[in-house]
Amino acid sequence: MSNFTLYNYVLSGNCYKIRLMAGLLGVTYDTVAVDFYPGLEQRSERMLALNPAGTLPVLVAGDLILSETQAMLAWLATTHDPSCTWYPIKDASLHAQVLQWLGFSARLTTSVGAARLNTMLDWPVDVEVVRAASRKDLDELELLLTDRVFAGQTWLVGDGPTIADIACFPYVALSPDAGFEHDGYPAIRNWLYAVRSLPGFVTMPGIHPLHELREDGANG
Amino acid sequence: MSRAYAMNDWYAVADAQTLARGARRTMLLDQDVTVSGTPDAPKVIDDAGRTYPAQFKYGHVWTCLGDAPRSLFDIPEAAEQGRRLVPCGVVRVKCSPLRAVENFLDIAHFPFVHTGILGSEPHTEVAPYKAEIRDEVDEVWATKISFYQPQAAKSAQAGGDTDYQYRVAAPTSAVLYKTCPPKPEAMDVIAIFVQPRSETECDVWPWMALYDDTSDFAGLVQFQQEIFLQDRSILENQRPVKLPLDPKMEIPTRADLTSIAYRRWLKSKGAFYGALTEDA
Repeated sequence: MSNFTLYNYVLSGNCYKIRLMAGLLGVTYDTVAVDFYPGLEQRSERMLALNPAGTLPVLVAGDLILSETQAMLAWLATTHDPSCTWYPIKDASLHAQVLQWLGFSARLTTSVGAARLNTMLDWPVDVEVVRAASRKDLDELELLLTDRVFAGQTWLVGDGPTIADIACFPYVALSPDAGFEHDGYPAIRNWLYAVRSLPGFVTMPGIHPLHELREDGANG
Repeated sequence: MSRAYAMNDWYAVADAQTLARGARRTMLLDQDVTVSGTPDAPKVIDDAGRTYPAQFKYGHVWTCLGDAPRSLFDIPEAAEQGRRLVPCGVVRVKCSPLRAVENFLDIAHFPFVHTGILGSEPHTEVAPYKAEIRDEVDEVWATKISFYQPQAAKSAQAGGDTDYQYRVAAPTSAVLYKTCPPKPEAMDVIAIFVQPRSETECDVWPWMALYDDTSDFAGLVQFQQEIFLQDRSILENQRPVKLPLDPKMEIPTRADLTSIAYRRWLKSKGAFYGALTEDA
């Protein structure tokens, strides 16, 4: 059974957030391919009628139409995770921290995400501005994740993975596409590895699966 | 750096969609050029105002920077009735233009890089096939290739053995022919036209001529883009960055026959732009 329809572009990190979250929650859905590049179909009349912002992805579930990935992640978690661990709305502090990271994930879209589109598809952006912002955001994340490691933690918020991790994961994992390698970011690398180890993890071009090293097929 | 051979080849530098959005400023063989005009009247100039020959073919504007252009290769299938011609945009890759072509010719990586689409474990064996330099047409051909593919094309309903043929028509342009799932008597055509920006960076224009009446256009383009972008991160990490042409520098296996023929062909022609060789 399909739970929603995702208007999707296979190379988009923001579309991947939703595919990844759905994969981790085991939620089935349909996709409609939108020719984001080279066709710029997200700005066609048909797509603007669905999402006036002219961005992807767009999620449609019955009468509900969502065009912001943070809202989609929150909706997916609240409707499909009865334990409320992915989106811990019952704990005011954890909830607020998740929202804080969702804000950070939006910054990553405009920094690393934009730098990647430029490097890969020659997308017109202010190259110097987005590259400086990308470096700053990655440095900041490395510092915050290092603090988490010192606190004995793996994930961005609380004791387990939340939608905050999923929101921030794609553009950090894809930063080598824009020429920002992970070599100098040990804490980021640990965290990326943790996300890639989650059961139900799905890949996209530029994000590879972990190789199965153990005979029982588990990653590690 | 030796541009001598490369200068007289033709290169794709824009597609119709790019032209419709205005002039494209780009780089070819370490030189800045601007592409503008329409498919009927494309124009390529450099910053000094010099005009270069330009023609529109296979969905792209082609240009040549040299004084003695070779003829642009023919893809007869482009004119066949009933094929859908699908330009897939352009992707920039920080790698040698020759490495981009060589990767396109390789079958052995399918199960590992294009898992679940063009290959899957444990179907990793590359059966013996034939690779040759055809002197009469001055091209590299690989034939009699068969490989198990979970989803050979957007139009494929199930996994199956897919027949392949490869054709290297110019040092930076290659065409592959593969079994067409909805029309088994015909072959789908997929090409990559590589625009060498420098010896270590290229813009790649994938292009297809398919028999597929059911898939939507966006689906076809994304199917190809997904596959090509799976290669991108691998290509950007290949070392040495330039393609080694001398036999001593890398040890090939039997599955690399096409690559061996391609490298030998490049070396014999002196096509050294993007290559690593003691001859250059």
